[in-house]
Amino acid sequence: MARDLDRQRQFTRRALLIGGGQAALLTALAGRLYYLQVIESERYLTLADDNRINLRLIAPARGRILDRHGCPLAINRQEFRVILTAEQAGDIDATLDALAALIPLSEADRRRALRDIARQRRFLPVTVRDDLGWDDVARIEVNALDLPGIAVEEGQSREYPYGERLSHVLGYVGPVSEAEAGESDPLLQLPGFRIGKSGVEKTYEASLRGIGGTSQVEVNAVGRPIRELDRNDAQSGADLTLALDLDLQEVAVKSLGDESGAAVALDIATGEVLAMASTPGYDPAAFNRGLTAEEWKALTSDPKAPLANKAIAGLYAPGSTFKPVVALAALERGVITPATRVFCPGDFRLGNAVFHCWRRRGHGSLALHDALAQSCDCYFYEAARRVGVDRIAAMGERLGLGVKLGIDLPHERRGLLPTQQWKAARGQAWTTGETVITGIGQGYVLATPLQLAMMAARIANGRAAPVPRLVHDATLAEHVGLREEAADLGLDPAHLKVIRDGMNAVVNGANGTARGAAIRVPGMEMAGKTGTSQVRRITSSERKSGVIKNEHLPWERRDHALFIGFAPVANPRYAAAVVVEHGGAGSKVAAPVGRDILLKAQQLEALRVAGTDAAGSPPRRLSQG
Amino acid sequence: MIYGQTLDHRQPKLTDKLRRVPWLFILALCACSGVGIAMLYSAAGGSMEPWAVRQLVRFAAALTILLAVAVSDIRLWLRLAYPLYGAALILLVVVDVAGFIGMGAQRWIDLGIINLQPSEVMKIALVLALARYFHRLGSEDLARPWRLILPALMIIAPVALVMKQPDLGTAMMLLAGGAALFFAAGVRLWMFAAVGATGLAALPVAWQLLHDYQRQRVLTFLDPESDPLGSGYHILQSKIALGSGGLFGKGYLQGTQSHLNFLPEKQTDFIFTMLAEEFGLLGSMVVLGLYAIILAYCLAIAISARSQFSRLLAFGIAVTFFLYVFINMAMVMGLIPVVGIPLPLISYGGTATVSLMLGFGLVMCVCVHRDVAIPRHSTGDEP
Repeated sequence: MARDLDRQRQFTRRALLIGGGQAALLTALAGRLYYLQVIESERYLTLADDNRINLRLIAPARGRILDRHGCPLAINRQEFRVILTAEQAGDIDATLDALAALIPLSEADRRRALRDIARQRRFLPVTVRDDLGWDDVARIEVNALDLPGIAVEEGQSREYPYGERLSHVLGYVGPVSEAEAGESDPLLQLPGFRIGKSGVEKTYEASLRGIGGTSQVEVNAVGRPIRELDRNDAQSGADLTLALDLDLQEVAVKSLGDESGAAVALDIATGEVLAMASTPGYDPAAFNRGLTAEEWKALTSDPKAPLANKAIAGLYAPGSTFKPVVALAALERGVITPATRVFCPGDFRLGNAVFHCWRRRGHGSLALHDALAQSCDCYFYEAARRVGVDRIAAMGERLGLGVKLGIDLPHERRGLLPTQQWKAARGQAWTTGETVITGIGQGYVLATPLQLAMMAARIANGRAAPVPRLVHDATLAEHVGLREEAADLGLDPAHLKVIRDGMNAVVNGANGTARGAAIRVPGMEMAGKTGTSQVRRITSSERKSGVIKNEHLPWERRDHALFIGFAPVANPRYAAAVVVEHGGAGSKVAAPVGRDILLKAQQLEALRVAGTDAAGSPPRRLSQG
Repeated sequence: MIYGQTLDHRQPKLTDKLRRVPWLFILALCACSGVGIAMLYSAAGGSMEPWAVRQLVRFAAALTILLAVAVSDIRLWLRLAYPLYGAALILLVVVDVAGFIGMGAQRWIDLGIINLQPSEVMKIALVLALARYFHRLGSEDLARPWRLILPALMIIAPVALVMKQPDLGTAMMLLAGGAALFFAAGVRLWMFAAVGATGLAALPVAWQLLHDYQRQRVLTFLDPESDPLGSGYHILQSKIALGSGGLFGKGYLQGTQSHLNFLPEKQTDFIFTMLAEEFGLLGSMVVLGLYAIILAYCLAIAISARSQFSRLLAFGIAVTFFLYVFINMAMVMGLIPVVGIPLPLISYGGTATVSLMLGFGLVMCVCVHRDVAIPRHSTGDEP
């Protein structure tokens, strides 16, 4: 008991000793707090104000886009923009008023700035206006003291020197949308950052964008940078060289003129796209700047659909340009030979149905060569009937129709090659009449101009089927997973020769439908096939009273004019396809465009060969702008 | 020896027990936790998610545990002392083997619903085990050094395991807490002197055993301003935030330094900095005062208890609590190196809150049973 009491006393002594020690230490903490929070308070308050070590993201310069000869098609221009940091501004409305007194500031700019401020955290800057002139910059800098939270930032804006002539190929850049902001790249959070929204700007976004840098900046209480503590430079995006030839593109756009249409030129050997025009175009800079509601409405309600890239997303009945497909299918199947003759009285009867040839008085008896040259409908009605729609579809697919070709552009469309199964899937039986109408590229069959150009290239090439691509650098093309080159087409060379000869006769024959558009430069002659596809049904009563001429129809009911071709005939290097929406006869409207493109492609090549030989230097640009 | 004395070692009735629970003490604990939840709301930028709401649930659960422990039989804990210690030790080994990496160190075991931090459990288990051991030692035993080998090993084993994680702060806490219990139990002063001298001599060896980042922390602690963007960054930023709070603070939710993310871990280790920035010296003193009240309660209960086990238990919990408070606060004020020790009852953390409240439950259990004598050789099994 005594011992236990001893123990208790000793414990009490020692516990109190330690308790006292603890009290002393807690007092020391209180003293330290007093020192930090009262005696040194001023100093730390100042430090806290200075204490804005910001990690700033440095936007990389976007890679340029060049044509195949290095001519810049999309470039970056240095620009100044005025930014506002809400936290530092205090009264935002007053600050914006003060700013508006110095530089022109539209109501839309103001609304956008206020909306952005409301959306994000207050210490992040928002862009109030970009593309400032030197005068504006100077006025803001001089009055900087009266504009809290306002700063001028140097940045780069995207420019497209060739504007709407290349809008569909290049696409445009625009602000990051909310869906896109989910991507992990911190650059996307950067105010005012632009990413590719369409065209190759979108397809090659990853390599064009570059890698962001960082800068650790010490800034003072009003956000003025004091010094840079650490810097990690941004890595510019890689330049992108397109296969496109600017000179050829200019010719294609010019030749299409004011028409609504599309033209595509391909290098037969490589599948490279040398020109891709879709008219009318749009101004890509407007998208970068931000469209007004009226501009947007005008663009979307225009019947000529300026926003769509008709070369890859426009679907057209191929009309007579489809006839080589029907012929090749029939030849391969053996239901016709090059010597098979069909009599054309001007119409083709199947049961009670009557199918008309475009030439009302008929072509008489003709074989495949002449049937192609004169585009006799009756011949191909018969050929289609004999071979059947499924084999036509199979041949069409081999030649590049009805499938996505895998071009390096977004929004490519498949088109349509109807089959019996396709119709059955819709709960209807296929009829022979539909096969017959498919024989002249009407009915359900739909193709894009790119597919038609590819078809021309494969007919001209025969050996293998190239994949179309816009980018010149093969290594880059692999990044976006372009389709592997398809195997040999497996077509009988003799059959191909008949088709090519027929297409030669279309242009260069005495009775060819496109003889008016022939190239008369020796060695540069082209072969081709015209097409005129109906977009309306011609009733029997109209046929009796005489088919109304296109010129007398409203624009949107006129026929589409089509042309496919390749050149030179002897040793094909280039293929082209042209569609002019509601243009009328293919031979009159589309073929001349095809001729211009195919001729120019050969002339450019000849000039470059000559230039290299003469000067021994790399080829120079032939024209500017 | 004390059998048959007038001392009562029957169990008091539950109603008596509840009357003896120090409710003012519990109020102080609730006040502390209330402050903590308010600060977690601020740390999340003025939102109950993700921390405040979870901490509230945990505190409620911990309070229930505290009350259950407070009215439980004190001899139950005497009996459970070694098994609990053994379990905590096994958990520490498991964390080494199967624990996952969190905060750059292995400290957690995933139990499905909660992530258990065994080192927090060990802080309480060690106090129980040492109190149990010294309970049965007479003063003549304390003079014999070999009698102290076992309790010394009881400290060294968890310290070594925690160091390996590596968690320097917790290791120091266990060591200091153990030493305080040795002292309070009546271990001769010359033995402390001897161990202290040996420890000093072993310091260079210990330095070699430290991780690079731990050495770096000690070094930058000595001169934090030398490397304002490196390891000294946290200390400097914490001092700036604290100091800029001034006398009355910047106001609730208005701490610029904390909310601009100059502070690391503002919901756990650096929560006091945010509190001091937003509420100034006034607020920090209130918190310090609450802690002092809790400590005083624990010590008073320890001194008034009638068995050595109860005394040492309550005292050990008090020391553990004090170490939490002191290490965390001294760290954020730049008085000692940055070590990962949370501020008790205020920081976000499940295991720490629950194990601390369990500890306070034990202190209250001691208070409730302060008149219950436990024989020296009792194992806690007899009625």
